[in-house]
Amino acid sequence: MSTAVIHTPAEGAAEPRTTYLNAGHTLKSWLLTLDHKRIGILYLLGVSFFFLIGGIYATLIRLELLTPQGDLVTAQTYNKLFTQHGIMMTFFFLIPSIPAVFGNFLLPIMIGAKDVAFPRLNLLSWYIYMTGALFASYAMFAGGVDTGWTFYPPYSTNYANTYVIATGLGIFIVGFSSILTGLNFIVTIHTMRAPGMTWYRLPLFVWAQYATSLIQVLGTPVLAITLLLVALERTVGVGIFDPRLGGDPVLFQHLFWFYSHPAVYIMVLPAMGVVSEIIATFSRKPIFGYKFVAFSSLAIAVFGFLVWGHHMFTSSQSVYAGMIFSLISYAVAIPSAIKVFNWTATMYRGSISYDSPMLYAMGFIGLFLIGGLTGLFLAALGLDVHVHDTYFVVAHFHYVMVGGSLLAYLGAMHYWWPKMTGRLYPEGWARFAALVVFVGFNLTFFPQFILGYLGMPRRYYTYVPEFQLLHVLSSVGASILAVGLILPAIYLLWSLKRGPIAPADPWMATGLEWRTSSPPPPENFERTPVVTWNAYEFRSKEETEVIGPMGKPDVSERK
Amino acid sequence: MSEHIVPKKTYYAVFGALMVLTALTVFVARFDLPGILNITVALTVAVIKATLVVLYFMHVRYSSRLTQVIVAAGIFWLVIMLVLTASDYVTRNLLAPVARISM
Ligand code: HEM
Ligand SMILES: [Cu+2]
Repeated sequence: MSTAVIHTPAEGAAEPRTTYLNAGHTLKSWLLTLDHKRIGILYLLGVSFFFLIGGIYATLIRLELLTPQGDLVTAQTYNKLFTQHGIMMTFFFLIPSIPAVFGNFLLPIMIGAKDVAFPRLNLLSWYIYMTGALFASYAMFAGGVDTGWTFYPPYSTNYANTYVIATGLGIFIVGFSSILTGLNFIVTIHTMRAPGMTWYRLPLFVWAQYATSLIQVLGTPVLAITLLLVALERTVGVGIFDPRLGGDPVLFQHLFWFYSHPAVYIMVLPAMGVVSEIIATFSRKPIFGYKFVAFSSLAIAVFGFLVWGHHMFTSSQSVYAGMIFSLISYAVAIPSAIKVFNWTATMYRGSISYDSPMLYAMGFIGLFLIGGLTGLFLAALGLDVHVHDTYFVVAHFHYVMVGGSLLAYLGAMHYWWPKMTGRLYPEGWARFAALVVFVGFNLTFFPQFILGYLGMPRRYYTYVPEFQLLHVLSSVGASILAVGLILPAIYLLWSLKRGPIAPADPWMATGLEWRTSSPPPPENFERTPVVTWNAYEFRSKEETEVIGPMGKPDVSERK
Repeated sequence: MSEHIVPKKTYYAVFGALMVLTALTVFVARFDLPGILNITVALTVAVIKATLVVLYFMHVRYSSRLTQVIVAAGIFWLVIMLVLTASDYVTRNLLAPVARISM
C-alpha cells in the first residue's frame, strides 16, 4: 500500500465497533439478511462457485486442444464442454459478477443511502439466482447440453437430445434475478441519493450501473421469451423457428441477439465504471470529461440495442439489414472510444501509483482496446465472412470479456477488498498476480487471433497439425492464467484472518464509501452524509487523517 | 401516488369493448381477406385491445408521468426490436436470385 492512515490503537481496542460483518453470526442472519452488503457477499460466494465450474470446463477444453487428434474426449463430450463453459461463464458468472457483487455492496454507500430501495426484492434476487443456477447445474450433472451457449435452432429445437429445456429453464430463472437487480438499482439511484448528491456528483461507477440496469430491465425479458419459444418448439412444435411449419430459424437469432448483444454491455459497462473509479484514485486526478464518460455509458446502453444483426452477417439475413447493422456497430465504438481517451487523458500528468487495482485497470484499457478494435474488424461485412465462427471471434470476445470484464472484476476485488473485509492483503503478491494474469491471458488468447485468421473454426475438437504450435501456446497461457487466478484466491482468503487491519480509506480515494469505516457499519453511515463536493475532489492528506480510521467518520460535518 | 377512483361504468364499457373486438376477430377469421389484410386486421384489433387494457385496467391513463414514460419506453424498445428485425425480412427478397444468365 502506498499510503497509510495513522492509527490510534487504544481508541479501537476500547470497544469493538458493530460492523455489517459482526452484526450477526448465525447462518440465518446471513440467509435472511436484508443488508445489501451481506447480499453482495452472498452473490460473491455464488458467482465465485460458478466461475470455478466454468474454469474447470475451460481447463478440459484447453487440455483436449493440446493435440490435433481428439484423444481426451469424444466429439459429443467436447460439444458439451464448450457449451457448459459458455453458459456458466456468461449467464452465471459474468453477467451477475460486478453488478450483483460490487453494485450491491457499493451502490447504496456511494450515493449515501442506508440500503437499496427494495431490500426484500434484493434478497429474493439472490435466491432466484441460486435456484436458476443450481437448476442448470442439475441439468449439467444429468447429462448436460451440447448446443453451444447460443442455442441456435434447428439443432436446439429439432435434433439435440441433451438437456436443452432444463438448462434453458435455469437461464430463464436466473434472468429474473438480473431484472430485479436492475430494477432495484434504477429506483435506488432515482430516489435514495443523500442530500446534496446530485446526478453530476455521482461516481461514474453509479452512472455505469444505471446504464447497465436499463439494459437488464429492457433486454432480459426478450431472452426469457426466446428460450421459452425454444422449449415450446421442442415439446409441442409450435413452428416459430421451423420452416416446415412456416417459421424461420433466423428469427431465433434475431431474438437471441436482441438480448445477447446488449448483454455484452451488461458485462462490460460495470467494468468500465470500476475502471473509472480506479483510474481517478491512482492518478489522483478527477476523471477527464466527467459528463462525457457518464453519458457515454447511456449512449452505449441505447446504441447497444441497435447492432445485434452483426452476429448474423453470414446467416440468411438480408444484406441490406447487414449494412445497417454494420454501420450502427461502428457508431457504438464511438462512446467506447470516448471512455478510453478520457481515461488516458486522466492519467496524463497524473500522479500515478501502480498499486494492484491500478495494474488491473491499466490492463483493462489495453486489452479492451484490442478487443474493441477487433470487434470493428468483425463488424465489417466483407471481412466477417472470412473470420465468422473462427477462433478470431473467440479471441475477440475473450479480449473484451476476460481482458476487459474479468480484469476489472479482479481490480474491483482488490480495490474494495479492504472496505468489504476490513483487512489489507499483501500488495507485493497482488502486483505479482496481476502481472501473471496479464501475461497468461495474452499468451492464451493472442495466438487465437492468428489461428482464426488462418482458418481454424471455433467449436472443433480436432484440427490440422499445422495449428498445433499455436494451440499449445494457448494452452500453456491458460495454465499461467490459472496460476494468476489461484494466487489471489489464496492471499485474499489468507488476509481474512492474518491481513493487517484496513483503515477507512487506504487509498486516499474520494467516494463516500471511503468516508465510512472499514468494514462499514450495518447502516453504512453513522449519520446521513450531506454531500457538498463533486465526485473525484481529492482531499489534502491532513483531511483524510482527521476523518480517521476508527469508525467515526463524521461525514456530515465536513466543510 | 394519487388514488384515482375509476367509476365502475368505465370498467364495464372497456370490458364491453374488449368483448366486441374479440367477436370481431372471430368473425373476420371466417373470411380469407386479400393480400396481407388478414394479418393487418388481426393485429390492429389486438393492438387496440392491448391499449385499452394498459390504459384502463392497468391504470396507466391515471398514473404519474414517470409511470407513463416507463411504459412508453418499454413500447419504444419493442418497436426497435420489430423494426430492425423487419429491416431483414422486408429487404430479404430485394436481391432476387439470378434466374437466367443471358449473353
Ligand atoms: C467495440 C465494440 C464491439 C464491436 C464492434 C463488436 C463486434 C462484434 C461482432 C461483429 C461479432 C460477431 C462476429 C462473428 O460471429 O462473426 C462479435 C462477437 C462477439 N462479441 Fe463483440 N464487439 C464489440 C464489443 C464487444 C464487447 C464489449 C463484448 C463483451 C464484453 C463482446 C462480446 C462478443 C461476443 C461474446 C461475441 C461472440 C458471440 C458468439 O458468437 O458466441 N463484444 N462482436
Ligand atoms: Cu455483438
